[in-house]
This record gives sequence, C-alpha cells and structure tokens, in this order.
Amino acid sequence: MSMRPVGEIVAACEAIFEDLSFAKAREWKAAVPGRKVIGYMPVYVPREIIHAAGMLPLGILGGGADMEVIHGDAYYQSYICRIPRSTIEMAINGKLDFVDGMMFPSICDVIRNLSGIWKLLFKDKYVRYFDAPQNFREEIGGVFYANEMRELRDGLAKLGGREVSDDDIRRSIAVYNENRRWVNRVYDFRADFPWKAPSAEVYLLMRAGMVLPPEEHTLLMGEYLAAAEAANRPMRDNCRVVLTGAFCEQPPLSLIKSLEMSGCYIVDDDLMLISRWLLTEVPTEGDPIENLSRAFLLHSAETAAKYEVDVAKKGSYLIDSVRKRKADGVIFAAPSFCDPALLDKPMIISRIEPLGIPYIHIQYAENSSQMQPIREQSGTFADTIKLWSAS
Amino acid sequence: MSRQEVVKSNSQMVQKEMITRNYDLITGGTAKVSSTFVPGNLNELLMCFDIANNLPEINAIQNAMRKKSGEMIAEAERSGHSEDVCTYVKADIGMMAKGNIAPNGKPFPDPDVLLLSYTGCFTFMKWFELLREQYKCPTVMLHVPYAADGHPTKNMRDYIVKQLKEDVIPVLEKVSGIKFDIDRLREYLRKSAIAENDLVWMLESSKHKPSPVDCYFGGVYYMGPIFTAFRGTDEAIEYYRLLRAEIEERIARGLCAQSPDGDIPEENYRLVVEGPPNWTSFRDFWRMFSEAGAVVVASSYTKVGGVYDYDGFRHDPDHPLETLADYCLGVYTNRNLPTRVDMLARNIVDYDADGLLINSIKSCNSFSAGQLVMMREIEKITGKPGAFIETDLVDPRYFSAANVKNRLESYFQMIDQKRRAGGSAAAAGA
Repeated sequence: MSMRPVGEIVAACEAIFEDLSFAKAREWKAAVPGRKVIGYMPVYVPREIIHAAGMLPLGILGGGADMEVIHGDAYYQSYICRIPRSTIEMAINGKLDFVDGMMFPSICDVIRNLSGIWKLLFKDKYVRYFDAPQNFREEIGGVFYANEMRELRDGLAKLGGREVSDDDIRRSIAVYNENRRWVNRVYDFRADFPWKAPSAEVYLLMRAGMVLPPEEHTLLMGEYLAAAEAANRPMRDNCRVVLTGAFCEQPPLSLIKSLEMSGCYIVDDDLMLISRWLLTEVPTEGDPIENLSRAFLLHSAETAAKYEVDVAKKGSYLIDSVRKRKADGVIFAAPSFCDPALLDKPMIISRIEPLGIPYIHIQYAENSSQMQPIREQSGTFADTIKLWSAS
Repeated sequence: MSRQEVVKSNSQMVQKEMITRNYDLITGGTAKVSSTFVPGNLNELLMCFDIANNLPEINAIQNAMRKKSGEMIAEAERSGHSEDVCTYVKADIGMMAKGNIAPNGKPFPDPDVLLLSYTGCFTFMKWFELLREQYKCPTVMLHVPYAADGHPTKNMRDYIVKQLKEDVIPVLEKVSGIKFDIDRLREYLRKSAIAENDLVWMLESSKHKPSPVDCYFGGVYYMGPIFTAFRGTDEAIEYYRLLRAEIEERIARGLCAQSPDGDIPEENYRLVVEGPPNWTSFRDFWRMFSEAGAVVVASSYTKVGGVYDYDGFRHDPDHPLETLADYCLGVYTNRNLPTRVDMLARNIVDYDADGLLINSIKSCNSFSAGQLVMMREIEKITGKPGAFIETDLVDPRYFSAANVKNRLESYFQMIDQKRRAGGSAAAAGA
C-alpha cells in the first residue's frame, strides 16, 4: 500500500474532529450488533476497562468553535465555562444519542454536577461519576481507587451483558501501552522537529484518538510519523513554548494555529492529557486493576485537578517538561471561568519565575473567535524571547 | 426606629458572643490553630487535640458583612488572581495581604495546621494549596469522595476512615503533642447528636403557619454554632436549647419570623431557597424579602455544613470515625443533583411553600452549576413556580440591588397570580 501524504492523513483527522455527530464511532457501533459506546470527559478515565468490556471509549471534549449553542445556554449561567453547555447541546440535539453511557471524571464542580444533570435528563443511560483518589498512598488511595475501578468494571459488565475478565483487562492494557508509546513518539518527534509536525496537526491526530478505537489510532500515528518525517518542510525562526492549562475545555484549533503562526512552536502541552496521563508502561502481568491503580498513584501526569502532596514538587511537572523539551517559555492558556487552572496558575508562576522561565497568560473559550489579540500577544512574547536569547 | 438599627433575638446575641469567643481563642496566642472548611468540618476531632478551629469562609463572610471584602478581592486580583475565580478564596488571600486581621481587631496567627477537608467543593483544594504557599505549615488532606449515586458506599466510607486513622490523626497528634483518645471523641460526638436533635427541631419549626423563623437569613445565625467551632460542645447544646425555647415561645404567641427590623407583621409568602446568600448586602437583601412578608421556610444553605433533617443523620458515638466519614459524605454540596432536587422538592411539599427561589452565586460552581436544571425539575415535581436571581458571595460588584428587587417583585406577583388561579393555596395567616 502506498503511503498517504501527510496532508491527506491530517485531512482525515480534521474530518473526524469536525464531525460532531461522531460518524466514525457510530460506524464502529453499527458494525457489530450489541456494541456499546461509552463517552468520557476530560481529564482522565481508565479507558482500558471500557475497552476490556468490548466497548468504545469516546472522548467528549465539547462542541468546539463552530457549533451554535442554543439550548445549552438555558442550562448554564453566563459565568460558567463553555464545555458543559456545548456538551449538553450535543446531547439534546441527538448528537450523542448512540452513546450508551457517560463518564464524568473528578476534575471540577462543573463537570461533577454535569454528571447529575445527565442523571436527571437521560435516565436510560449509564452514568458514572468517576472519582480518582487525591490520596496517593497505595494502602489508602490505592485501595479506594482499585475498588472504584472494580465497580466500573462490574457496571460495564452489566451494561454489556458479559463478564470482564482480568485477561480482558490485561489485553486492553497492552493495547493502550502501545497507543501511549506512539503518542509519546509523536510528542517526542514534534519536540525534536517542530517544523515537521505542526501543533495543529498533532492536535488533530490526537483528537482522532478520542474517537477511533485505540488500535486504529495507533496505526494512524505510525502512518503520520512516517509521512511527517518524509515531508520536506521549512524550519521557521520560532521560539519553543510549552502550552499549559488547557487540560479540559479545548482551545479552538485557530488558537493553536495562531500561536505557531505568531512565532511559537508548541513543543509540549496538556491538551487531551488522557493520552499521556500514565507516564510509564502499565505491567501486563499480575492483577490488572492493581496495576492500573499503581500507575495512577505513582506514575501519572500533574494537573490543577490533582492534589500535590509535596509542596516542593508543585510545578515540577511543568518545569520538567520545559527542560526536557528545551522550551524557551511557557504559555498559560486557561479557559474562562476555569477555577482549577486559574487558581493553580499563580502557584506555578511562583515556581517558574525564579528559574527565569518567561511566560504569558491567555484566556479563551472553545468558541473564541478573535485571534488577532492572541497573535499579537504571543508574537510579542516570541520576539521578546528571541531578543533575550540573542543578548 | 432607624432603618440602620438591627433587632436581634436573644439567641442571635448569644450566637454572636460565641463566634467572638472563638475569634478570641484563635487570636489569643495560647491555642494551636487549624484552618479548615465548614463543609466537612471535623470540629469534634480537632477538639480532641485542643486545636482551635478557624474557618476561612467565615472570615470572608465576616469581612463581607463589614464591607471590607471588596478591597480584599481587589488586592488578590492585583496580585495575579483572575476575576473569574471564587471570591471566598480571593477575599482570604486579600485579607492576608492586608495584615490578616481577625474580626476582633487582632491579627490572626499563622495556622499550625491546614486541615484540608476536601468535601463538596473542588476549589477547596486550590484554596488550601494557596494558603500552604503562604503559611508553610503542615497540611493534611482528607479526600471525601462525591456521593454521585445519591448514597455513600462502603468503599467511600472505608477510604475516609483510613485517611483519618493513618493521615489526619497522626498529623494532628504531631502538631498538638496530644495523643488521640477515641473516648474523648465519643463524648464530643454524643454532645453533637444532642444539639443536632434540637437543630432539626428548629429547622422543622418552620412547618408552622406562620413560620416562627426564617430558615435562610435567620438560619445563618442559627447554624453558626454547629457549623463552626462549637459542634460537640456543651455550649452548642445550651445554645440550641435556648433557641428552641425562644421558638416555642414565638409559636405560642403566633409570631411570624423575625427580620432585621423586628417581627415580620404578616407572612405573605413561604419560600424554599437554594444557594448561599449574598453577604455584602446581607441585610438589604433580607429586607427585600421581609418587607414583602416573604419568609424562607427551608433552604439548602442551612445544610451546607451538614444535613441532619433529610435522612436523619446524627453523629454516632458508637462508630466515631465512621460517623465522621458519613457526616462528610452527606453535606449538601457533596450530594448529587437528583438528591438535591428531591431534598428541595420535599421541602416545598412538607413545608407547604409557594415555590423555589434560587440565588445563584457567581463564585460557587459547586452550588450553581446545574441549578437551572434543578429548578425545572422541581417545578415539574411540585407544580410550584421557581425563580432565579444571581448575586455573589462576597464580591460587592456582583450584587445589583435593583435587578434582584425587580426579579423578586415579579416572582411574588407570579405567586399571587397562581393563587388567584387556584394553583397554590395562600399561606395561612395571609
């Protein structure tokens, strides 16, 4: 089979990204009678268990920049972020009618309460608020978390009408280990050659992973990497930045493009962190639930939604990322009205300032349309970094 | 009588003295001090270690009622905090920046421990991470899972008990130098349950017509002792006995609820209210109700520090750590939306209310996210009209008196119309 050019692969990803009726997921469901689809919201759920139950985990990341929200605004006050209102809009408009269940991870009060709205409005659906531990001791938080995952497993088994065995979960762990390896390869490649893997492309590639089965997404990433390596693209005189704070409500694609156009290569980010949440391979031997639990407790990413027990380590995830990716600066990009990201920011700034890491802050909503001020801000940031670096 | 003079009942005066005494203890320099939150407040446990209980939300409320919170919030925003985030947090951060002065005029000491009881509000975690930056004192997290399916599970309870045993109690022992005595805890819990019985009696007294109490504006005073540093004490038992006697007398005399201007002459509307009050214009807000003869017969805010009337929870001295876990799991904002809907709908029916008013708070997503759906569900269940107003906790910029008053007046007219149409029985005595 001849290799698709990078533009074609990205166009396919973009089509998935723009399709808010989730045709790909619907096709997957329709292909075999009895298949189930489980939606999940940011930041993290153990997709391995959904996959092990023979179901498709489907990332629901809001309605994006272009969807008109009519009903959703009647559900939320103006001072609440955009992602729940566009998600409700999609549900009311039937875009999620094929989704058999929804998972709402413990990230903030808004997503938490959205789980209750789902229970009130969609009584025939499986709804699970998924609480992850904020205590990271294996004998305390680990026991709680493993039991929560067992409850999830049993709930999905009931929904699917079949038992979910340890071997099923082990196989799914292996599938997601492989998927994460390729996600990390894409991220490493972008950090090494950001001109060859523009962030908008990497973003669309990762968004495809929210819809496609993981096996298919893994192959797609392999195909993209090969095509991107082969493509001849010019290197720009951009600075290198880490984008942080965008772990839940997604920025519009135009914002990601604007940052790069204005002179900032994004060399790391916390977009769709679920793909990289677990930082190490999850063992495929032994008790699979315990293995997933330990991976979460001991080897997982840091966000504002997760408690940092050790004050000295606060911000270290970002600082490590800046160092590992050889970034010149940080762009804090938080959705409006996002308590976790906005309250975390001053603490993280207090860690990076003494290290002389330059930063700017931008605020967005998933439907922000005015990119000119952001381009000007990030362009000035990039110029400043380049001037400082040259001096 | 001048509009500025405020009439206070005996119980309100006693409550005020109790809160003042606690501030004197905190600022006195002799007691170890913890900072912790009202929901999931482990007062009995802290008392086992002779640790005084300082509650940042209460400090923010005190500052708002004294018209100081606006400048504190501005101070926090100047230091880099977003206009979008919780104003309790910003009022607290701003208070620190402005010298950290307690309502009694003395400086707050730095806390000896931050007890992050992470119950019913995600922002609590960020709040105490921010305080930890400032105080650099031991911080212990008690993670309380969300009762998402409407009831606590064994896994949740076991998780909390383990945290208490292996994390919280050892830290409190170390901070205080006092060894944990479970019998001491049992004794405090026994006292809690006694006060809680009278508290529930008070809450249910508003089933009378006219209601002898206002369970929102008046309710915040009545809740003061049990939601703050007095649950588990003899003082709380005495306070709720006094309150009960006072209410019994009001019932015997057929008096309506009190307002800042004295007894409300006539009860025209009986309301159930969801959401916290606005604190920056608290009395003006209250008067918008009392001048129309509107009495709040039940409110969710009086359950924010513990729910005692809905499913009969009382602290249980026979299961001391488990009961603390159940208490934390059961606070109002830790319950899922269907449970909150059921609770408020039942209140409307049981207290023969005219409808539901939601005071939606900009700062508080834990309360506010989902309230519009809740309102529609409750209207559907009860057939009673709902209304929606928007204010904030302690940010004066978000209290628009004219808008709130207009909406309330429209709401009262809607209730009148419904009554004329026979949709809602007129309140007794009206």
